Amino acid sequence: MSDHQLRVSKIRSGTVIDHVPGGQALRVLAILGIDGTGGETVSVAMNVPSDDMGAKDIVKVEDRELSQAEVDVISLIAPEATINIVREFDVVEKNRVVRPEEVHGVLQCPNANCITTEAEPVESEFTVLREGVRCVYCDTLLREDIAQYIQ
Amino acid sequence: MRHDHLITATQLSRDDIEAVLDRAAEIADDPPEREAVLGLLFFEPSTRTKMSFDAAMKRLGGTTVDMGSVDSSSVKKGETLADTVRVVEGYADALVLRHPSEGAAEMASRFVDVPLVNAGDGAGQHPSQTLLDLYTIRENAGLDDLTVGIVGDLKYGRTVHSLASALTNFDARQHFISPESLQLPRSVRFDLHQEGAQVREHTDLDGILPELDVLYVTRIQRERFPDENEYRQVAGQYRITPETLDAAKDDLVVMHPLPRVDEISSDVDDLPQATYFEQAHNGVPVRMALLDMLLENAEDGAGGVSS
Ligand SMILES: [Zn+2]
Repeated sequence: MSDHQLRVSKIRSGTVIDHVPGGQALRVLAILGIDGTGGETVSVAMNVPSDDMGAKDIVKVEDRELSQAEVDVISLIAPEATINIVREFDVVEKNRVVRPEEVHGVLQCPNANCITTEAEPVESEFTVLREGVRCVYCDTLLREDIAQYIQ
Repeated sequence: MRHDHLITATQLSRDDIEAVLDRAAEIADDPPEREAVLGLLFFEPSTRTKMSFDAAMKRLGGTTVDMGSVDSSSVKKGETLADTVRVVEGYADALVLRHPSEGAAEMASRFVDVPLVNAGDGAGQHPSQTLLDLYTIRENAGLDDLTVGIVGDLKYGRTVHSLASALTNFDARQHFISPESLQLPRSVRFDLHQEGAQVREHTDLDGILPELDVLYVTRIQRERFPDENEYRQVAGQYRITPETLDAAKDDLVVMHPLPRVDEISSDVDDLPQATYFEQAHNGVPVRMALLDMLLENAEDGAGGVSS
């Protein structure tokens, strides 16, 4: 049994997000809209020693499988993350996140004067940069607080 | 220049810019015939830019239709911009849009098939102004081995954002002079950095003034400052007078996108360095060239091949 399995017990079904950079687990939860009030069963391990990453976080959410949009946004703060879908204690799918070139409709532009924040029939659209993202409409850069702008 | 729309100066290559400026230089003598209709959509008052586009289209032999002021239009009834441009597209062969929100032109261009020119989107971009600025610089100082100082409100000044980005195509050193609270926004710095531009920022004009070939002055607006005293102090610090220019090169080119308030004192107007009225007049030939090329491109595109 590996080290991290000792720290966070197995789940019956749901999603395990592994290889999150150390200290970023709470931001992953924010992306998933989990703040404890929804009643989900969630386990978090933070700053687990890791050979590849130095320290990593692991997030396990029971009875929930992530949407592609959620995975896209997680990739922005956790580019090395692996997403394991678990059903009846078995990992049925193991995916690395892929950083998309663009994210549509998942982030709100932090510029309150951006046309996408008005009642126009468009979704927000961001180009993914090496560091952070950029609004395709108003060019505003969003780096540190991506999780804060999840729609 | 093969673009469907003109939204931002960052989309323009050196070749694009030179093609428009070359066409502008010859267009007054031999204007092409463009019996097109230009739709003017100004969601913010800007008499000057609107008149300049209006004159340009008419001098090409075309005509214009004007949405009128926002107060009297359907916008007031809550129509979206996306709807407005889709309706007006049916009345015109090209559109010019001025709007208070950043990104408005980019969004609008996605809803129309006719060429759309961004005539200012909030604090974003104003690329046709940049083309006439570059035309003026080329005529008066040349676009090679150039040192440009841009002074004033660099944070909200859309003409500054467009000009800075376009200048990265040329051999130009750029100096940005402003109070700390009005420095270039992060997104513009990012673009300049990406382009490897030679950029320096200053809070003080005096130190850099003797090096400049071009001094581009912009207005610092009262409402950017919490109190009147601070505003007066800052505005005074960057005010250009004949005495200021004593320290500059004799052939310095002083520019301003106009309208000015008192950033440049009126006794500078008669000095040889004052180039801002010439700059304003250049708006017509440059916009004639721009509209001609966009319309020509749209015509070619209508044959089935689109760029
Ligand atoms: Zn935006």
